[in-house]
Amino acid sequence: MPDILSVGIDIGTSTTQVIFSRLMMENTSGYFSVPHVSIVDKDVVYKSEVYLTPLKTNVLIDTDKVRDIVSEEFRKAGFTPKDTKSGAVIITGESARKENSDAVLAKLSDFAGDFVVSAAGPDMESVIAGKGSGAFEYSMNEHCTVVNLDIGGGTTNIAVFDDGEVIARGCLDIGGRLICVDRQMHVTKLSPAARAVSEDAGIDIRENEKVSAYDLKKITDRMADLIFDFLKGKKSRILSQIKTPGSSDFEVGKAIDCICFSGGVADGIYHEKSDLFQFDDIGIMLGKSIRTSGLLTAYQLIRAGETIRATVVGAGTYTTTISGSTITYTKDIFPLKNIPVLKLNASEQSACFLGHQKEVSDRVRWFMAQSDAPLIILAMDGIKNPSYAQVRIAAGCIGQVMDECLEKKQPVIVVIKNDIAKAIGQLIYQYLKGRRQVVAIDSIAVDEGDYVDMGKPVMNGMVVPVVVKTLVFG
Amino acid sequence: MAVDEKLVNDIVRAVIEQLKLAGVSVKDTEPEVFDTESSMLMTDITSRECKSVPLLKNPKDPEALKRMMRLTTARIGVGSAGARLKTQTLLTLRADHALARDAVIMDVDQKVLENLNLFTVQTCCKDKNEYLTRPDLGRKLSIEGAAAVRERCVKRPDVQLIVADGLSSTAINANIMNVLPMLNDGLTAAGLKIGTPFFVRFGRVAVEDQIAELVGAKVVCIFVGERPGLGSAESMSAYLVYNARVGMPEARRTVVSNIHKDGITAVEAGAYLTDLIQKILSAKASGVELQN
Repeated sequence: MPDILSVGIDIGTSTTQVIFSRLMMENTSGYFSVPHVSIVDKDVVYKSEVYLTPLKTNVLIDTDKVRDIVSEEFRKAGFTPKDTKSGAVIITGESARKENSDAVLAKLSDFAGDFVVSAAGPDMESVIAGKGSGAFEYSMNEHCTVVNLDIGGGTTNIAVFDDGEVIARGCLDIGGRLICVDRQMHVTKLSPAARAVSEDAGIDIRENEKVSAYDLKKITDRMADLIFDFLKGKKSRILSQIKTPGSSDFEVGKAIDCICFSGGVADGIYHEKSDLFQFDDIGIMLGKSIRTSGLLTAYQLIRAGETIRATVVGAGTYTTTISGSTITYTKDIFPLKNIPVLKLNASEQSACFLGHQKEVSDRVRWFMAQSDAPLIILAMDGIKNPSYAQVRIAAGCIGQVMDECLEKKQPVIVVIKNDIAKAIGQLIYQYLKGRRQVVAIDSIAVDEGDYVDMGKPVMNGMVVPVVVKTLVFG
Repeated sequence: MAVDEKLVNDIVRAVIEQLKLAGVSVKDTEPEVFDTESSMLMTDITSRECKSVPLLKNPKDPEALKRMMRLTTARIGVGSAGARLKTQTLLTLRADHALARDAVIMDVDQKVLENLNLFTVQTCCKDKNEYLTRPDLGRKLSIEGAAAVRERCVKRPDVQLIVADGLSSTAINANIMNVLPMLNDGLTAAGLKIGTPFFVRFGRVAVEDQIAELVGAKVVCIFVGERPGLGSAESMSAYLVYNARVGMPEARRTVVSNIHKDGITAVEAGAYLTDLIQKILSAKASGVELQN
């Protein structure tokens, strides 16, 4: 079965991991129909050990050491960067800062080859972890609502899946390494979020001073309660204080059936540990507090398929999707990376299908001035069963507008949700009489402000691997 | 037929009175009468919206039922009246069947053919009945039909496009005006010599073989209406052959089926066929030979 080798690299607050997976593809339509290629199976073929994220300072990643880890893992797995067709580098938790991501992406560019480099904000990370842990699949198989809590060193990433659909996302600054202690129980690290929770719990804790396990337990108990409050939709001053910057407001609007835990702290939730301070932090204690909190009685607990590796597995196996199987690209100009998305709303789309160029052109000019990018994706939902006349008018409108707005030689790139991209792409290319290359793909849903990477075409050039992401850095 | 609401109400009241006299306990409520004008007559019971409403009363998990119903066009979640179908299910079945029969029996809309500038030729079948009972005759042009093709069509084209009614005129009416212009644009842009397209009345797939021989086409592509089921009467297929010959093996045909609004849409099919025809021309092969 044809497959894409995908690499996932997760650089988190405390740990760094690499996995390789194969995404099996199959043409699932019959011999007598138009091809329909989909990803039918995912197989994790190699998992690295869990490394401590190499740091230069408290927050700055040591990119040279990350590079060494990645190159060593490629060697151990028996792959070269050329083998990977897709993949994602995800920088998460407290490491997710702009200076880190720029530096890491620069250092890992040698490994890029054809592979697609990506990065995540807290929302995307929540979804990726929930997919990697198995919560997403469980909600789909059992047709129920599952919340996944990925509790790492610095953050708790929360995603709610309802029958395979993401219905809520959020992130809190609660994690196992917010407070670190040495063997004599001196506080060696106290993050601002931990300080806020401590004050809220009425505990006086200071860096470099001694702390009792009893007080720490009060703090982690409070953390567990705050997570529970957050899931119940409660609002409070302390909750808004510890909400991770850049994460969504968390509104579920539906009863949650099941709860699933991943991330480093999850092991301490699923299993009783004897040494509470094995990692010189509050991780195990937090797990214990959660285990005895109302969270496990209010919701049905389900086992995660992956705990500490959930994010990296999600990154390697779930970030890549594939385009529809009837698409247009007039030249193999892939890979395309970090292309910003302009999404026409319903009224702009109807303007486009009516050939009202001015409205579309104003929008494109505004967006290009805002984003300062030479290349953009024009996206829309599209019409379900358009007539030839409608498609021709829309193609003429897009062709004309993009030709006026883009710099010379830049291709026209269109992403449509409904399966009509091949038709629109062909007509745009005909309209432009070969002046520009055209890429038109469908069956991909994107939103304004997303960024899209496209890999080299696979399955005899029938489909293009696509990664849709939101770049948000604090 | 309009129902006299007052009369029905009077009858129901009279019956209830009688029942009460006979000692049967009857709830004293206003009798329900269908508002025939606004609800029953106005909804198209064959429409997707109408079919997506579960008729089953009190399902254990209504959400799950709706989810299952979205996944299939089969008639699930329809409930029953005792051991039988509910009236609405029965009526929907009959309406769908009527649509299917119409699709087979009706002729393709003349306006559709005129708009696309298609002239009409006929096979050896003299009417619909003969067409349905004699498949062999539907694969052969009439003498006049063959003469018209010889006279009016461009010779030795790269691609000859043909439209035939097949077993669903409805499918042709619904799709052809969006497929043909797409193909015409695409093939022209590719610099190919396109034959003169026309319509075959009472035509089956293999009539394309004779036509390909008559005009000397490299690739022939015929659009036919698919035999309608109770799900969709609008499905159209395209059958393509490289260097078609009468009596050749069926394995040499490449088929693109399920062209309709819920399958591959007409414009997208046109775009796909544009590429497929070029692929067939460069491989000089079609059907199984193209796949290998």
